[in-house]
This record gives sequence, structure tokens and C-alpha cells, in this order.
Amino acid sequence: MNVVVCLKQVPGTTQVKIDPETNTLIREGIENIINPFDTYAIEEGVRLRERFGGKVTVISMGPPQTEAALKEAVSLGVDEGILLSDPAFAGADTWATSRTLSMALRKLEPYDLVICGRQTLDGDTGQVGPQLAEMLCLPFVAYVSQIEEIADGEMRARRMVEDGYEIMGSPLPAVITVVKEINTPRLPSLRGIARSKSASIAVWGVKELNIDPGKVGMAGSFTRVIRIFSPQQDRRGEIFQGDLESQVDCLVGRLKDDGLV
Amino acid sequence: MFAEQRNGEIRGVVYELLARGRGLADALQTELSAVCLGHEVGDVNNLIAHGADKIYLVDSPELANNQEDLLTQQLVELIQQHRPEIVLAGATALGRAFVPRVAAALPTGLSADCISLDIDAEKRLLLQTKPTFGGNIMAVITCPEARPQMATVRPHVFSRRESDGSRKGEIITVDFKRERITSRTKLIDFVEEIAETVRIEEADVIVAGGRGLEKAENFEMLNELASVMGAAVGATRAVVDEGWVAYSHQIGQTGKTVYPGLYIAVGISGALQHTVGMQTSECIVAINDDPNAPIFEVATYGIVGDLFQVVPLLIEKLKKR
Ligand SMILES: Cc1cc2nc3c(=O)[nH]c(=O)nc-3n(C[C@H](O)[C@H](O)[C@H](O)COP(=O)(O)OP(=O)(O)OC[C@H]3O[C@@H](n4cnc5c(N)ncnc54)[C@H](O)[C@@H]3O)c2cc1C
Ligand SMILES: Nc1ncnc2c1ncn2[C@@H]1O[C@H](COP(=O)(O)O)[C@@H](O)[C@H]1O
Repeated sequence: MNVVVCLKQVPGTTQVKIDPETNTLIREGIENIINPFDTYAIEEGVRLRERFGGKVTVISMGPPQTEAALKEAVSLGVDEGILLSDPAFAGADTWATSRTLSMALRKLEPYDLVICGRQTLDGDTGQVGPQLAEMLCLPFVAYVSQIEEIADGEMRARRMVEDGYEIMGSPLPAVITVVKEINTPRLPSLRGIARSKSASIAVWGVKELNIDPGKVGMAGSFTRVIRIFSPQQDRRGEIFQGDLESQVDCLVGRLKDDGLV
Repeated sequence: MFAEQRNGEIRGVVYELLARGRGLADALQTELSAVCLGHEVGDVNNLIAHGADKIYLVDSPELANNQEDLLTQQLVELIQQHRPEIVLAGATALGRAFVPRVAAALPTGLSADCISLDIDAEKRLLLQTKPTFGGNIMAVITCPEARPQMATVRPHVFSRRESDGSRKGEIITVDFKRERITSRTKLIDFVEEIAETVRIEEADVIVAGGRGLEKAENFEMLNELASVMGAAVGATRAVVDEGWVAYSHQIGQTGKTVYPGLYIAVGISGALQHTVGMQTSECIVAINDDPNAPIFEVATYGIVGDLFQVVPLLIEKLKKR
């Protein structure tokens, strides 16, 4: 069983600020982490290898410092990390990201399963998993909370929907996105940490992926971010005064005025 | 726009999209069409009364349970035939899982989970505003060249229009080509798991409890408040981890993101990981006995006091209303 996990390195906080001069995000002093949802993807990949044998590879597209996230994945039990990094990849939207990842996946064939997180902390789109599946012409199952069975080239998985869960059957290879319920990620083992120190992370760019530079990064993106801004905090922030009874009266009055009750 | 149905019923977000879509179509002086894929969907005429000019209706038993392979292929085919300038869908669990595939197949750009849509009439561009970093930053996105311009839109951000029974429109039935359109994945079983009468993603009012409630039994009080208000019950991770309520109620970074009209936070400190999941609610009420609790920073109204006194009083007053 060969599994490929896609992970993204993201800022470890959502409390980011905009530099009013340049109108860009202030990234200095913010520590980077593995996107929280992707830690469940890593853990599931490692568990599948423990169950079925084979290999888990983790790939990430990002700037050179993303190597640290890939090494961390090795300390968590992943066999190999591949960094997709090239100045040409910068500024990619989800389409260009998925396209770059799909080219790397073609190089990694054969594999049985590609696991992505449900969504990232910074972009918040959740689009890369499904777009990757479409580009690879593979079946796709979103929001997987349990892989029940894998046998004879078929997977049976439980996935969360709004009012319950669905049991889905899919042929392999397939792409899935995972949600938090799927597992509890382990901590790095001592052996893992030792391995990650000596692990060498391959770096693939435009050349290694044999990809048209016009189809990656900003050049290959359909969308443009034309403006970023901090939302207005227009909270009235009214704290009621007086005894509890009159505070509650005030609250009910306000909610009525606002048409909320 | 995609008129999502579930169990033969058009979903609420569709009416919100119709209202905004009508405004966008008028600004561009063009038509608004809705695509409905399902089986024996009730109330399709209602879409016209709410603003659509045309309905493309594909009816087949195979489409009844929203298999994403089928929806993707069918929607791609309709878009390629009719070449709309803009395609919108609700940012529901389903919309966010299959619409990205439609965009990838066409291919064109897509922005996720938009909370505002405007038109640059001169360039005929859709200006798509979406939250990033858990709502702390907003980004305005365009798709300058590729067509259609696509966006999924967060439920509850647009209000419905009033229904107008005299509006005229056309229903165009399209054959479902089962020889060509097939699904690789299959639905083996569906297990309903609603621990509550109102689902938190769709609720207009949410009453959420935190560790301040002290123990599982005290959640009964919240349930009572919720039932008086017709609200859904939410929770912090702390209480989910304690096992007081099921994970499906968890709101926040590792739970659900909600944006109801009214969010009442009871005994919740307001940790960032929680507030990212609820801070875009229209009105937030905080009840907490610690005046320095960060929840008051995002609250519209606050009561500093013991929840065990405040909540029963609130229930009593709301019942009398
Ligand atoms: C990676 C990660 C992801 C996380 N994801 C989430 C998430 O998705 N959702 C989430 O909610 N949390 C999440 N957390 C946890 C989060 O950081 C907080 O620990 C959690 O939200 C706190 O829950 P709480 O407000 O119920 O509890 P507490 O922080 O313990 O707050 C309880 C509050 O109740 C008040 N109180 C106590 N008694 C009373 C009383 N009698 N009357 C009135 N008020 C009273 C107290 O003043 C206090 O403010 C995450 C944490 C991490 C590290
Ligand atoms: N740059 C990237 N490199 C590798 N995987 C990514 C990248 N961006 C997104 N992903 C994967 O796609 C998922 C969804 O990301 P997003 O669509 O950005 O919310 C993430 O949880 C990752 O598994």
C-alpha cells in the first residue's frame, strides 16, 4: 500500500495583521506549523502503512523553509518527504497548486491513496483535495472520518455529512480529504526524531516536474487577489450594568429591537 | 447558480443565492438561471418566484442522493453548453466538495466561502470577498480572464427576497445521460445522526456552552434555553473533550465554523481557537462571570455574571415574551 500525503506549512496563528504601508500580511515573527488538518492526514497514512505495509510519502509545495515541516512529518513516521519548491511556484491559487501537486503525483506513481487535509488554516478553501482528484482523474471522497476497510483494490470509508455520516465505496487509487475525528495524531518518537535529523528531503522544481512555467504559480493562476483588508470590528460591545435582573431585561429588550427574538 | 437539493427539498442557501444572483444579473443586464439536479424535487417553481429566469432541471433517480461524480459531470456539461459568465453555489459541505472539481475540469478559477459579491460593471468582473485566516483577514478576489467566474457562497450572508408569484420564468428539462455520466464512488449506506432538532450549520440562533457549565447535567439548562429560542446547541472543545456533548456540536478551529444571526456564548472564555469558528456571527451575546474573559472582545452584548443565575432568568423572560 503506497500512500501520498499532501501537507502545507501555514502560520501558527490566525491573528495576522496587515502592514498598512504595503497592504501585505506581516509574516515576521510568526512561527510556521504543519496545517492542523494535515497532521491527521499524516497519522492516517502512517497507520495504513502499519496495517498493510508499503510506504508513505509526504509532499508539499512551498518556499525552502517548508523543509522543516517535511522533516517533522518524517519524525512522525513518514518514510520520505518531497519538497516542491521553485520561484516559479510562488503566488499560486488553488488551481495552480493542485496542478503542481498533480504533476508531482504523476512522478510518484504507482500509489493507492492520496490523503489531504480538509482545509488549510490560512487559505481556508478546502479546494486543493477535490481539484487534485479531478486533475488526476481519480475518484474522490471528502470529509473521511474512518477508513473501514481496504481490500481487493476497493476502499470503504465513512465520511461526515451535515446530518450524519455516509459509508462510501470507492475503487483505488483515490483521493480523500480527512477530518479531525479520523484519528489522534501521535507525538514524534525518539527514533523518528533521529531519522528526521538525517533525512534528506528531495527538492523538485519546474525542471524536475517537467512542467510549463506558464501553468504554475501566479502565471498559472486564474484568480487574482486584488485587495486584502482587516474586517471592521463594528461590535458595539455593550456590557450591561445594574443587577442581574435588569441586565437580563436589557438584553432581551435589545434582542427584540434587533429583531433577533 | 446551483440549486442544491437534499432529499428532494431545495436548501435554504439557494434562496439566498437567488436574491444576490438576481442583483448581479440585473447589474450585468443578463439572465439568472438555476440548475437543479435531483429526483422529484418539490417546489422548483418557487425558484422562479424568488428571482430565477430559467431553471435547468435534470431529474433522475440516480441524482437523488447527490453523488458528486454525477453532479460534477452534469454541471460541467451544462456550463460548457450554455457558457454562463458567473456560476455560484452554496458553500455547504456538498458545494465545497464538488464545485472545486467542476472548476478544475472546465478549467477556471474558483473562490471559496465568499461573504460578499459585487460587480465591476465596466469590466463585467465579479468581485468576490472571502475570509481567510479564520476571518481575521478579508481578501477580494477576481477571475480576470477565464470564464465562468465561480464562487461558493457562505450560507446566511444574503437575505432572501420575498416570493413573487407573478414572476414569469421557464423550466427547461434536460435528459440525464446515464450511458455517459457515471459514478466511480458509491453510496453504500447513510446513517442519520441528529442529536438535536436544529443543525448548527443551518441554525439562525445558536446557544453554545463552555466549561463554565461545570458538568454534563448542566447542559440541560442550555438545551432548555435553546428550545425556548428555537436554537441549536454548540459547544467548545473543552466540553467536547470532557464528553459532555458530541463532537458534532463543536465550534472552532477544529470543529465547525458557524455564522448565525445570533450566537449566545455561555461560560465560554473565548479562546482564539473557539472564536475563529463563530466571530462572524451577526450578533454575539456573552455570559461569563469573568469580566476579563476575551469572549467580551468579540461580543455585541455582554452580561458579567454567574451563568447559573443568568440563564434561568433569561429562560423565564423569554418564555414570558
Ligand atoms: C490545536 C487546537 C485546536 C483547538 N480547537 C478548538 C475548537 O475547535 N473549538 C474550541 O472551542 N476550542 C478549541 N481549542 C481549545 C481552546 O484553546 C480552548 O481551550 C477552549 O475553547 C476553551 O473552552 P471553554 O471556553 O469552554 O473553557 P475555559 O477556557 O475553561 O472557559 C470557561 C469560562 O467559563 C467561565 N465561567 C466559569 N464558571 C462560570 C459561571 N458560573 N458563570 C459564568 N461563567 C463562568 C470562566 O470565567 C471561563 O471564562 C483548540 C486548542 C488547540 C491547541
Ligand atoms: N502548497 C501545498 N502543498 C501540499 N499540499 C497542499 C498545499 N496546499 C494545500 N494542500 C493540501 O490541500 C488541503 C486543502 O488545502 P486548501 O485548499 O488550501 O484549503 C490541505 O489540507 C493539504 O492537504
